[in-house]
This record gives sequence, structure tokens and C-alpha cells, in this order.
Amino acid sequence: MNAQHLQFVPASEFRQRAAAAVADEHLRRSFRGAMDFLIGKRAAQFPDASALERQRALAEHIRKYSLARLPELLEQLERKLTENGVQVHWAESPEQANAIIIDIARRHGTKLMVKGKSMVSEEIELNHAMADAGMEALESDMGEYIVQLDGEKPSHIIMPAIHKTKEEIARLFAAKVPGASYTDSVDELIGIGRAVLREKFRTAEIGLSGVNFAVAETGTLCLVENEGNGRMCTTVPDVHVAITGIEKVVEKLEHVPPLFGLLTRSATGQAITTYFNMISGPRKPGEKDGPREVHLVLVDNGRTQAYADEQLRSTLQCIRCGACMNHCPVYTRIGGHAYGTTYPGPIGEIISPHMLGLAATHVLPTASSLCGACGEVCPVRIPIPDLLIRLRAEAQHDARPGHAPLLGQGAAKSRLADAVWSGWAALYTRPALYRAFGWLATRFRALTPPMQSGWTVSRTPLKPASRTLHDEMAARNKR
Amino acid sequence: MSARENILQRLRAAPQGTQPLAPDVPGFYAATGNGSADRAARIERFCEKMTFWHGEVVRVTRGNWPQKLHELVAAKGVRSLLYGERHAAELLASGMSGLRPYDRPIDGWKKELFEKIDASLTSTRGAIAETGTLIVWPDADEPRLMSLVPPIHFALLDADQIYDDLFQAMTAQGWSASMPTNALLVSGPSKTADIQVTLAYGAHGPKELIVLLLVNEEELK
Repeated sequence: MNAQHLQFVPASEFRQRAAAAVADEHLRRSFRGAMDFLIGKRAAQFPDASALERQRALAEHIRKYSLARLPELLEQLERKLTENGVQVHWAESPEQANAIIIDIARRHGTKLMVKGKSMVSEEIELNHAMADAGMEALESDMGEYIVQLDGEKPSHIIMPAIHKTKEEIARLFAAKVPGASYTDSVDELIGIGRAVLREKFRTAEIGLSGVNFAVAETGTLCLVENEGNGRMCTTVPDVHVAITGIEKVVEKLEHVPPLFGLLTRSATGQAITTYFNMISGPRKPGEKDGPREVHLVLVDNGRTQAYADEQLRSTLQCIRCGACMNHCPVYTRIGGHAYGTTYPGPIGEIISPHMLGLAATHVLPTASSLCGACGEVCPVRIPIPDLLIRLRAEAQHDARPGHAPLLGQGAAKSRLADAVWSGWAALYTRPALYRAFGWLATRFRALTPPMQSGWTVSRTPLKPASRTLHDEMAARNKR
Repeated sequence: MSARENILQRLRAAPQGTQPLAPDVPGFYAATGNGSADRAARIERFCEKMTFWHGEVVRVTRGNWPQKLHELVAAKGVRSLLYGERHAAELLASGMSGLRPYDRPIDGWKKELFEKIDASLTSTRGAIAETGTLIVWPDADEPRLMSLVPPIHFALLDADQIYDDLFQAMTAQGWSASMPTNALLVSGPSKTADIQVTLAYGAHGPKELIVLLLVNEEELK
């Protein structure tokens, strides 16, 4: 499947991309294998179901509590960070966020920015904005590096290159990394990436990272990672820019352990990651390394729209573990690229409409069988299936009374669907009409069209029976 | 209006709903934590988990650790060991060669650090038994890059400072009142599974992590 330079793409193309992905056996095998692996690893971390429920209840409570106090916590975070010497910036849109970062980069004469894993930077398309401004932004997470080298986007938020086999990566490295010869040994491939990227860490003027948790009481930015590239990006260059959605803040340091413990176990089935990096300020006088400047960019990009509605607000509880993707039967079959959005899978289906509007994304909440697996594994208990149903409704109808319309409200409204439902309501509320319809449907059943839109894609056509249930019951009662 | 004001104003305009009470995190850990482990069990657990993460644990005493380190350094073919002032006296007395103090700001010798230093020795502030995790708080004497750039990281851990879990460690050591500019939890050498979910060690940081665990004579085994 070709995912070159994938931009946010119109929702109308989702079905075609999904169909192409489903037909791609190689992609299917990659995802099925990887998801089964991750599902097994996660399950092994939670042997006691009732203990897991207690942890989820606490994590949900912490996230709900943090969101309930979000404006105060953001102000407290800003105050503490500023005291610690960190410069805090606010951005309502991707354009504002990019402008802030490019301005910082220009002030430091940046040629190269090294990037630790940050989904928000993908969300704002920072790499393109940097390229347009004549500066290089290099991904340094191994998976992200591979994906960027091939001109693609991540297909999973935790394992960006999950759609690629080691042989594909071997060919990619041999073709694109100067001096690299073909090897399909994973250790050697990682060695090639390591050698290239260490040179980049050493020479980059700026390092960029995401944030997993921002602690308001101490002004601390927490980063979760295994590779050490996040530490490189936040420690080696003279300037560190962290970027995060406004929802990532928690009040206290003690709120972090329960969330952190669930994040890594849910994401990759690890009890902990190699590194948990807590950054509370730039290099202090007397210290010999660390960035001289640290910036935090707080990004809204539609999050305040989700926040404005009590039900949709729970979307913001997300700690980005990816478990909902790993367990989603749709995601497993179509992979991350088919969605066409930064965040794929169930979390993408409920967060993307706020970022990009329902006009562009209304098809995404329908990419679910509502089996409920996503909601069941969510470590912070986001009721994802409920939110999918809610967004489907918002895409089909005007805003509920007393609610502000969402971006792209009613974008999937269809006169035909409305007419069908009105007709259905009329039939089922008027007995005479209902009987007349039954009489006609049974007599003229031969006229039923053989092609019935989505139904007949993979099913035999529906055809009325020769007698209605009323007739059958009447005949039976006579006997 | 600024972006900041717009965002905060939209958040404040949102319906309040019911305000949740503050979560009782200490209560949760008191009820479900691993708080009953004794010293021997904590040491055992830490060693088991750290080994699981591909970290090596070597039991040493206050008296013999420089000598043990000397042996390890020789066995691993380390030609240059980066250290902080804190351990200068012991290391210099051990007769080790290739010792390199981190005695000036990084800016002048970044290339040398990346290309010429084989290993480093740092202290730790303690450890977490549940997950096999070192608590590393870099400071002016033992800066941040020591535990990151050299391919081999030796870490000195006092067995008295092993806590049951992260919550216990952060409350017992009073972190929230005294966060340093950078604090770290380290569980093993750096790793990645980004290529076909195959685990590989030495992604960007150290390829090896060796914990010198300071124990009493009778715990040496």
C-alpha cells in the first residue's frame, strides 16, 4: 500500500484505502502478528483482573480530576515552569505552534533539529513546516527515523514502523543511508541507525520532544521511552523544545506512578520503560551539561472543543498507550495508514473529529464494529464505543439544543437517510399503513432490488418472505 | 486576545459538572502496594528484575568496590572511564588507568565524549525493587550525559536505598519538594523493538548497564 507523503486526506477516500489495505496480505500479516504479540504481552502484565480494575479506577479518577481542574492546573504548571526557568508558549492551532517553534529555531540559527517521539509534532505537521522554513527536522526514534527515511507517516503511535518488515528496512537503509550495506540482522540495522543518529544528536542545535505527563506542582515534564533518543534530544542540544496537548497536565507528582505503571503495561506489556526522564528546568549555573534553554509549547488544536462537552471531554483522559488500537479488529485489519489521520484506530476516531472537523472525519467513527474491546482495555476507562456512537449522531444531525455545534456538525447528513427513517417511523406508528406495506412487500417481493448498497457487498440480498408474520400467526391460531 | 487567554477562557466557559474529589493515591498504595517486603526480599527482587532488563548486578562492599570495578573495566576492555569528583579519591587509589573526570562544561568536548569515552561511573539515589529500576539524579558533579552517552554505564547503588515501588521512593525521598533540573529512572541498557518487534539493545544510549550493588559482607553470596 502506498502511503507516501500522506497528508490529512478526505474522509471519502477512507473506504478505498481500507479496501486496499484489507486486500494487502503482507500488511495484514504484519499487523496481525504485531498486534497479537502486543495483546499477549499486555495480558501477561495484568494477571489479576480485579487488581487491574482497581488500577484503572484510580487512573480514570486521576485523569478526570486533572481535567476538572484543567485551567487552574495549566496556570499552575506555567507558573512553576517559569520559576524553574522554562519558557511556556500557548498555541491554539497547528499554524501557531509551528510559528512558535520555527521562531525559536531561527533565533538559534538552527540547521538541524533532532526530534524525540512526539505525536503532537506529527499532528501539527512540524516536519513540513520546518522544511518550508529551510531547516531540517530529523526523527530520532528508530521507528520514526525509518518511517521518515521512507517519506511515510507512523502507522502506530507506539510502534511507528510496525508495517515494515526487517527486509524492507534493510533495503531502505542500503538505499538511503550513506555507507550502509545490505543487512537484515536487526542488531546491525539498529547499529546503523545508532551511528547515524548519534552524530546528529551531537551536532543539532535544537532538540524537540513530546511530553507524557506534565506535573503542575513541581513544574516537571515527564518523558517515557526505551531507546534513549528522548534523553539525547532533551539533553545534548543547547535548546530543548517540548510540545504537548493541553490535556497532559496532572496536579501532583504522586499522580504519576499509577498512570505511568498503566501506560507502559498497556502499551507494550512492559512493567516499566528503560527511561523515565523528568525535566524540571534548563542547565543551572554550575551544571556542566543540559540545554541552556527549555521551552514548552501547549497546544489546543480542537481539544477545547472536546472539553466543552461533558461526555466528549473524556476523550482527553487519553494517555496515548495505543492499547485500543492493538485490540481493535478494524485497526488490525486495515493498519494505521488507512485512517489518513495522525492518530489512527479507536482513539483517532474520537479525537480526530475535534482536530480536523467532522466534515473531514465523519467516516472514521463508523470504522468500528462497536465490539467494545477498545473501551475494555483502555487504562483510563474512556468509554470509546459511546463516544463513537455520539460522534456518528453529531455527524448526521444538527447540534443538540443547548450544545454548541461541533466543527463540521451534521457533515454526513443525508436526505435519503433522513427520508428512509421518516418513512420507517411513519410505517411503524400507523397500523393501517404498516399492514398495507406488508401486503405490498409480500406480493411484490420479486421486485426487490438484487443490489442493496452496503449490505450486498458481502451478504446475499434481503428479500421479504412470502407471508408476513401477522399472516403466519393468524393461520396458526386458526388451526 | 492572546492564544493563552483564548484557551483558558474556552476551558473556563465549559460546563463544570460534578467536581471529583482529590484521588487518594497514598491510600491506594497502602491498600495494594508491596509495602511488606524486607531488605533481603527487596534486594532479591531488584536483582531479578534488573537482570530481566539485561542489566548486570554485581554485589560489592564499601571496601572492595573500586577493586571490583577495576576488574570489570579490565575484563570489558574499557580504555576510558568517565567519573565525577565524588568518587575521585577511591578511583585514583584503585590504580585504574584511563580515568577521565567530568570536570568542565560539555560544550568544549562534546565530540570527545561521544567518540572517545568507553564507560562511565555514576552514583544513584536509590532503586525500585518492583520494576528493577535505578533512581539517577544528575547534578553538577555527575552531569546528565554520564548515564547516557558512554556505551557502558556503571552505577553504584546502596542496598539501603532500595524501595518497594516508585510511589514509596518518591514520597520517602520527598521528591516533590526538591526536584532537580533532571531526574531519571533507568531500567537496564537502552533498547528498541521498532524493527519487526524484535528486541535489540544499545539503541541510542548505553549498550550495557552494570549495577555495583553495595551490600554488607554477609550479603555478598
